[in-house]
Amino acid sequence: MIEGILGKKLGMTQIYSESGAVLPVTVVSSATCRVVQKKTKERDGYEALQLGLIEKKEGRATNPMKGHFKKAGTPCFYHLSEVKGAGLDEYKQGQALSLSELFKVGDYVDVRGRSKGKGFQGSMKRHNFSGGGGSHGSMHNRAPGSIGSSSDPSRVYKGMRMAGHMGDRLVTVQNIKVVGIRPEENVILINGAVPGPINSVMFIKKAMKKAAK
Amino acid sequence: MGTTIQEIEKGFLRTDIPAFQPGDTLLVKVRIKEGDKERIQPYEGIVIKMHGGALKSTFTVRKVSYGVGVERVFPLHSPAIDSVKVLTRGVVRRSKLYYLRNLKGKAARVKTKM
Repeated sequence: MIEGILGKKLGMTQIYSESGAVLPVTVVSSATCRVVQKKTKERDGYEALQLGLIEKKEGRATNPMKGHFKKAGTPCFYHLSEVKGAGLDEYKQGQALSLSELFKVGDYVDVRGRSKGKGFQGSMKRHNFSGGGGSHGSMHNRAPGSIGSSSDPSRVYKGMRMAGHMGDRLVTVQNIKVVGIRPEENVILINGAVPGPINSVMFIKKAMKKAAK
Repeated sequence: MGTTIQEIEKGFLRTDIPAFQPGDTLLVKVRIKEGDKERIQPYEGIVIKMHGGALKSTFTVRKVSYGVGVERVFPLHSPAIDSVKVLTRGVVRRSKLYYLRNLKGKAARVKTKM
């Protein structure tokens, strides 16, 4: 069984539990996920599967990549990524993968995605600093304040939290619950939010720290 | 938005709830779970607000209970709603009847359709 699967975020909505509670859910689709290549111990030194997600036109692919996909007998993909697992012999090159084999309703999963880029942000937004006063003549409105002592270190310590680029990095959300699976569309419903914008690619795997009840 | 999401939402939409508008007086029967028992609580009042669309829509029902104004927001498609009965149809000229909050007694009524 492979460790996880690639998915594309379709968006968020809400559903009702049986007791009538509203659950916010993220809809993630693995409809186009295929095995493109099998890495073997003999040839590559390790075992893994290379998965592809989000098809693209053949004309958009480079010639070397066209050959790569032709060998697998799959369409061309925008996104490729490797996944580890045990017992990879059962998977064939070009095989389509289904979410329902990996997960069931009630499982907990970890979802890794690339968060939305926020650009260059100040310390208040980026690190939740409290900032200064807003009125009464305060001129210390959104500034970070002191960043260290004076002549003793004579420098700013590494890792000091300051303004800078925020977002657009890999983020893993742990222990979120699977509340629905639609096998016919290869779609999974996850309770709560996952990182990244709509149509972004994410990796879903069984929760490391929590087992299903 | 993707049609898959619309398909998912369709499975949760309720078709058994009658159409109503702000100004209507409703009798909403709500399922309430107490331990492992379930009972039905009636709630009667005037709809002062309809909000959202499709699966996300909610409505607010206002009533005056022992002199205290009570407003309850119900998700329209929630399985916790047992039934909705329209008692009277109101004649109002706006979609949000917040002005009822500042009125008392006889003034806080809504004209009803004959």
